[in-house]
Amino acid sequence: MLNLAVILFALGLIGLLTRRNLIFTLMSVEVMLNAAGLAFVAGSYRWGHPDGQVMFLFILAMAAAEVSVGLALLLQFHRREPTLDSDTASEMKG
Amino acid sequence: MLIAFYIAAAIAVLATIVAITRRHAVHALLYLIISLLAVAVVFYVIGAPFLAALELIIYAGAIMVLFLFVVMMLNVGDHAMEVETTWLRPGVWAWPSVLAAILIGELTFVTIRVAPSTGPLHVVTPKEIGIALFGPYAIGVELASLLLTSGLVGAYHLGRRVSREEERTSAGTDAARAESGGDLVRAGSDRTSHAA
Repeated sequence: MLNLAVILFALGLIGLLTRRNLIFTLMSVEVMLNAAGLAFVAGSYRWGHPDGQVMFLFILAMAAAEVSVGLALLLQFHRREPTLDSDTASEMKG
Repeated sequence: MLIAFYIAAAIAVLATIVAITRRHAVHALLYLIISLLAVAVVFYVIGAPFLAALELIIYAGAIMVLFLFVVMMLNVGDHAMEVETTWLRPGVWAWPSVLAAILIGELTFVTIRVAPSTGPLHVVTPKEIGIALFGPYAIGVELASLLLTSGLVGAYHLGRRVSREEERTSAGTDAARAESGGDLVRAGSDRTSHAA
């Protein structure tokens, strides 16, 4: 079960590192958060304790907040640049 | 039980691999939803049915719909018709359907076959989760609500359209900055002297 969590986390990390589209970046972050939650639930299963599941609830709330802010940022970025390439973000002047 | 876990795990890994390698964002979203469904089945199998329901409702329901709306908002343009015809090809939705059908069959099998015989599996009920959540983790609940509020405010602030009046104001500020020779330190100095 932890192996599954590790594999999913690694896949999310690979996606985060290789894709340049901002939507795919956010999706990879989602996959990684989900894998972390799966690791917590696996611990909860191993010891038969509800604490890990409570942690998964917190991860869920954090993922929701992160996605809403991230997508709002993405919309704002798309309004300034016609592309979603994250490499162009390095050319922004702040 | 074990075979159900392995099938769901294989589907999760497979769907995630496909999801991060697709070119089209909507196809990737389809496979990502399948991956989340598979993880929900894994939760159900290892004795967390409440979290399986939450995973379905919040992750696969709310968050993925949010992604879908943003993809739809960004996709307006001359590509729309072309994209529409691409969606209707069976090759696009066939594999997600197959994976979802396997998950449904597995879930039916697990509920019919395993539910009567209560094994050594310790099922954590929603009541236990609630007691733990509002007992020792009450401060965490408060922090999560604070985080959600800040997320709401941040998303509203970032997502609003810049109105015409604000554009004029910022343009005026830029003009004033240009008038003062780009000297940012002294840009607003006349304002303070005027106020004094």
